[in-house]
Amino acid sequence: MLSIKNLQARIEEKEILKGINLDIKPGEVHAIMGPNGSGKSTLASVLAGRADYEVTGGEVEFNGKNLFELSPEDRSREGLFLAFQYPVEIPGVSTTNFIKTAVNEIRKYRGEEPMDAVQFLKKMKEKMKLVEIDQSLLSRSLNEGFSGGEKKRNEIFQMAMLEPTLAILDETDSGLDIDALRIVAEGVNKLRDGNRSFLVITHYQRLLDYIVPDHVHVLYKGRIVKSGGKELALELEERGYDFIKEELGESVEA
Amino acid sequence: MSEMLNTLEQTALSEYKYGWVTNIEADEAPPGLNEDIIRFISAKKNEPEWMLEWRLKAYRHWLKMEVPRWPNVKYPDVDFQAIKYYSAPKQKKEISSLDEVDPELRATFEKLGISLDEQKRLSGVAVDAVIDSVSVATTFKTQLAEMGIIFCSMSEAIKEHPELVKKWLGSVVPVTDNFYSALNSAVFSDGSFCYIPKGVRCPMELSTYFRINAAGTGQFERTLIVAEEGAYVSYLEGCTAPQRDENQLHAAVVEIVALDNAEVKYSTVQNWYPGDKEGKGGIYNFVTKRGICAGVNSKISWTQVETGSAVTWKYPSVILKGDNSVGEFYSVAVTNNHQQADTGTKMLHIGKNTRSRIVSKGISAGFSQNSYRGLVNVGKNATNARNFSQCDSLLLGDKCGAHTFPYIEVKNSTAQVEHEATTSKIGEDQIFYCNQRGLDTETAVALIINGFAKEVMNQLPMEFAIEAQKLLAISLEGSVG
Ligand SMILES: Nc1ncnc2c1ncn2[C@@H]1O[C@H](COP(=O)(O)OP(=O)(O)OP(=O)(O)O)[C@@H](O)[C@H]1O
Ligand SMILES: [Mg+2]
Repeated sequence: MLSIKNLQARIEEKEILKGINLDIKPGEVHAIMGPNGSGKSTLASVLAGRADYEVTGGEVEFNGKNLFELSPEDRSREGLFLAFQYPVEIPGVSTTNFIKTAVNEIRKYRGEEPMDAVQFLKKMKEKMKLVEIDQSLLSRSLNEGFSGGEKKRNEIFQMAMLEPTLAILDETDSGLDIDALRIVAEGVNKLRDGNRSFLVITHYQRLLDYIVPDHVHVLYKGRIVKSGGKELALELEERGYDFIKEELGESVEA
Repeated sequence: MSEMLNTLEQTALSEYKYGWVTNIEADEAPPGLNEDIIRFISAKKNEPEWMLEWRLKAYRHWLKMEVPRWPNVKYPDVDFQAIKYYSAPKQKKEISSLDEVDPELRATFEKLGISLDEQKRLSGVAVDAVIDSVSVATTFKTQLAEMGIIFCSMSEAIKEHPELVKKWLGSVVPVTDNFYSALNSAVFSDGSFCYIPKGVRCPMELSTYFRINAAGTGQFERTLIVAEEGAYVSYLEGCTAPQRDENQLHAAVVEIVALDNAEVKYSTVQNWYPGDKEGKGGIYNFVTKRGICAGVNSKISWTQVETGSAVTWKYPSVILKGDNSVGEFYSVAVTNNHQQADTGTKMLHIGKNTRSRIVSKGISAGFSQNSYRGLVNVGKNATNARNFSQCDSLLLGDKCGAHTFPYIEVKNSTAQVEHEATTSKIGEDQIFYCNQRGLDTETAVALIINGFAKEVMNQLPMEFAIEAQKLLAISLEGSVG
């Protein structure tokens, strides 16, 4: 469903991704971990099509299509969803209004009729329950004045509404309290259906207790330097990134 | 919302959507301005002698006046002798009902998206339509008349209700007020008149559509709204013009009077032709709009959505004379390409406990210049006057300009005047976020600007708000991405 081959990308002359290889099959959950600044968000942004990044090499195939031939909105309409590490605020536009527009744009792309108000509200209610989000939050301006945790929960709500085939979650767990973490993780788990795939970027093993990944990768200085099963996350939690650096033959400061 | 966005999609390829010309025979004055032309206009309209005198007085005063230079706009001088001051679509005969309106004219209104029949049937909005300079149809007249409400063209008012016109015309905007209002007073050819008697709440929105059709003409309409004690009315005005290479002048005057406990809500969606992408053609929109809260507890509220015109120069104002009176100004002004707008308001606090609220949202794109100019004046007897002003500017791109000129003059120490201003840009990250949710950039921009302008849009009556949302988006097409 997603196949990344030797992906290289830079921003303002700075090489950030230096040859990423990754294969995600339908229904799989992959976790990406890695120290700050290693390029995790960059990878997510490049996949979503952010214009600031220049792809300098490699290929990405998404659901049988060349990802780089699709505009950012078409990637979304094809089923790619990114839960942002830092969701933006849009004053004066309620989440409800925003997500309704999004749902209908995506439906239009697929040749479907726009959802009528009744259908839409029904779906909203259902998904609100799933991620335990409050109606009042959804009537406020999108993300404006939301707490960090509310923003993250809102991202998951949007994901639930848009029903993507591939969801990339960029540190969705950061800033969540313990209850919220559980709710978000359960929300994700309920959306796992054997076909939908997830790429979960996180710093903490704890999230992976809830969302059990099929594969864990370590991104370091723009490369995936180690991959393994869910136990790799535990090992990282215990030992930090030093052992990886050692394996790579880098000197480690005390 | 999604409906609005669908419409956006459809119109995404169109440019100025109202730029067609209707082939209606017009009854015109030759170009130029002198006393004979004024006599011609007055005679055409079968006006009484006092009206002609009023016009001539205005004209003689205008001759002594100079074009105002202080607004933050640049344009070549207007040749006042090259303009035709009167153009009326030729009607075969006097019309007594809507069904008799020239079919070409009716088609024009349907293209404008206002089917008079539809309006009549569905929305319960009474419509007066002014094409070039003459009012062609006023719907719902009889029903309104039963309540004592007068809603008709200005020409008709001059003939049928001379005592009211004599009493109020020029009482808020004196003939000598400014260059363009003096010109308007001399040559105005029609407009709407609206009178709500004591204690009557007008049960429907009263609405006028203005359209400039003929080439080389100026449009000088004159609107007068009087709300007697305890009366209420909500009035809407919309305008469009065909696409022409030459600049056309529009110099209207609107006067509003609110007596004790009366309330007038005035909403405009101004969509005159803005000129092409290079700045060629377009309407010069030099308008004087002013209301007086003459009585205690009265209220006047201006809401404007300004998307059209090459140059706009307009400051709907409120004179807060009655104690406890309230003035409001809600404005969205969009400029794109080479458009220039210098718009804002004046709130003149004279009575005690008077309150005013100003919310101005300027959106600039392309090479346009968008200025807010506002005056809050608190007179020495205006004890406990309050004003709150919020002026926000949103920039799309880096070749446009947003300017704010707030003037505050306070002569009473109990006054409280607050002014807040912000300037922001539509962020790449906001657009990318929308793109990531399946919205293309055009749709994203429309959504973001409508969010930005929401506080003002919320003031508009429902059916107008939807039209205004579409307009905002259309005006900004191609300005991002
Ligand atoms: N506009 C930019 N100009 C220069 N460098 C940039 C720019 N944007 C990102 N970078 C750099 O790219 C590198 C990768 O950033 P990225 O956000 O992908 O890291 P990350 O792995 O997501 O980190 P974190 O765990 O802190 O979220 C960092 O060194 C960052 O400073
Ligand atoms: Mg990151």
